[in-house]
Amino acid sequence: MTATPARAATKWRPEEMMTVAAARALAGHTTCFVGIGAPSTAANLARRLHAPDLVLVYESGTIGARPRTLPLSIGDGELAETADAVVSVPEVFNYWLQAGRIHVGFLGAAQLDRYANINTTLIGEDYRRPAVRLPGAGGAPEIAASCREVFLMVRHSRRTFVEKVDFITSVGYGDGPGARERLGLRGRGPVLVVTDLGVLEPDPHTCELTLTRIHPGVDLADVRAATGWDLAVAEPLEVTEPPTTEELDLLRSLTQPGDTEGGAT
Amino acid sequence: MAEAGDGSGRGRARTATFVDLAEGIAALVHDGDTVALEGFTHLIPVAAGQEIIRQRRRDLELVRMTPDIVYDQMVGAGCARKLVFSWGGNPGVGSLHRLRDAVEHDWPAPLELDEHSHAGMANRYAAGAAGLPFAVLRGYAGTDLVRHTRTLAPITCPFTGERLTAVAALRPDVTIIHAQRADRAGNVQMWGITGVQKEAVFAARRSLVTVEEVVDELDQRPGAVVLPSWVITAVAVVPGGARPSYAHGYYDRDNAYYQQWDAISRDRERFTAWLAEHVYAARPATAASGGPPRGRTGGGRR
Repeated sequence: MTATPARAATKWRPEEMMTVAAARALAGHTTCFVGIGAPSTAANLARRLHAPDLVLVYESGTIGARPRTLPLSIGDGELAETADAVVSVPEVFNYWLQAGRIHVGFLGAAQLDRYANINTTLIGEDYRRPAVRLPGAGGAPEIAASCREVFLMVRHSRRTFVEKVDFITSVGYGDGPGARERLGLRGRGPVLVVTDLGVLEPDPHTCELTLTRIHPGVDLADVRAATGWDLAVAEPLEVTEPPTTEELDLLRSLTQPGDTEGGAT
Repeated sequence: MAEAGDGSGRGRARTATFVDLAEGIAALVHDGDTVALEGFTHLIPVAAGQEIIRQRRRDLELVRMTPDIVYDQMVGAGCARKLVFSWGGNPGVGSLHRLRDAVEHDWPAPLELDEHSHAGMANRYAAGAAGLPFAVLRGYAGTDLVRHTRTLAPITCPFTGERLTAVAALRPDVTIIHAQRADRAGNVQMWGITGVQKEAVFAARRSLVTVEEVVDELDQRPGAVVLPSWVITAVAVVPGGARPSYAHGYYDRDNAYYQQWDAISRDRERFTAWLAEHVYAARPATAASGGPPRGRTGGGRR
């Protein structure tokens, strides 16, 4: 960690802004259940920047992993070799996640609706004959239910930000206020959605995802156009601090071209 | 080959039989069986899965938390009638195209799904291992899985009244796993990420373990899981049997293979040609026949 003042970078890709903004959000948190792909990149960046003690938990049962390179899958040998403990899959879900020991669950989504319900199962009308079959639930339903808070990283487009998800794989705020309590879900649910255009947070009264920050250089009209519902926007709308050169350099040293893509959890 | 020992018989407990892989699959995996090949990224029994394809097993109910490319191959080859799973993708790459083709277009045959979350599947195996009909967890509430998956149901806690979810036990006819090594008595040892393999073996009626090598003595390894010989039906020595996944302490994951599989599997003709060349025309993976290999000693490699 350097003590010199952070210098703002001048050029970056939207995905890099998304990853940096998500990594910053992990400051002050202690434990994170990490989905593979973009969330894993952000969590590993956070651990190298401002959250060196952040405990990363992967669903393969690797607790406290400190990978020296970004894992390609949630079960890479690097995770096991650098972990404080390697436990069985039933144990990681029952004793660690379900029991409420993990602060932040960090997930992606193929579709997301205004109440932050997550679809990673299919695109289409008919479960038996989907237009596109996606990988499915993985660990996400219980991560979304049982972590104390959930962060999401999703690219902003009309394909992903939809009025109604085709399948509720993991519950955000269900059909609105009170739904999580009625369903008996113990965690608070998604408190932050970081995209490549800005940051959305649930309205404390309506639970509807509201744009609270916009990334530097992004037009509000573009965010609205990339959202499949009439997007609520906070007043005043804050602008995300641009990435620092330190953040960008570290991120670029971590990633190989193209590998921030990856599957769901 | 005897059914899996449960230790309840009189006299000496039976122990695992050493077989070669083709013999083991022929004896333990039958058309119509429920078959689990487990491995969570690590120690995936790929050679065994490809031997099932080579022996042209049909109408299998395939079970796996994370069906990856060997299940894509088995589904594409027409071995499966049903898939019981919680995440079906190519880790770090994207879709399983043969699985998608089966679900979206019934090619090469319709595929029934029994779909869960990881937590649900892990608990289903644990219930099977414990000889219980179901397991209980906090899960699924509010998801659309509730509407489509018949092996889960709401349940009320008899002590607190809390609403929870019950998931049906998994009881595979046969579970197949890959481990680092066995000793000459057929006791099996694995370490690193061991996933749900122990539960999957205990849940099954029969089990086959492929191993990298046989050693005289299983010395201690941190965090190792040991499965005593008498809970395993058969052991086959198949060095490299988990490739292109990895075997901790033996070889690394072949990430390029997973990326190449994306292109091979996208196209039916290319996949069919791949199957003919790399599975049907290939010789069964085998290193041992008719008993434990002789003349090999030592504690194995790190």
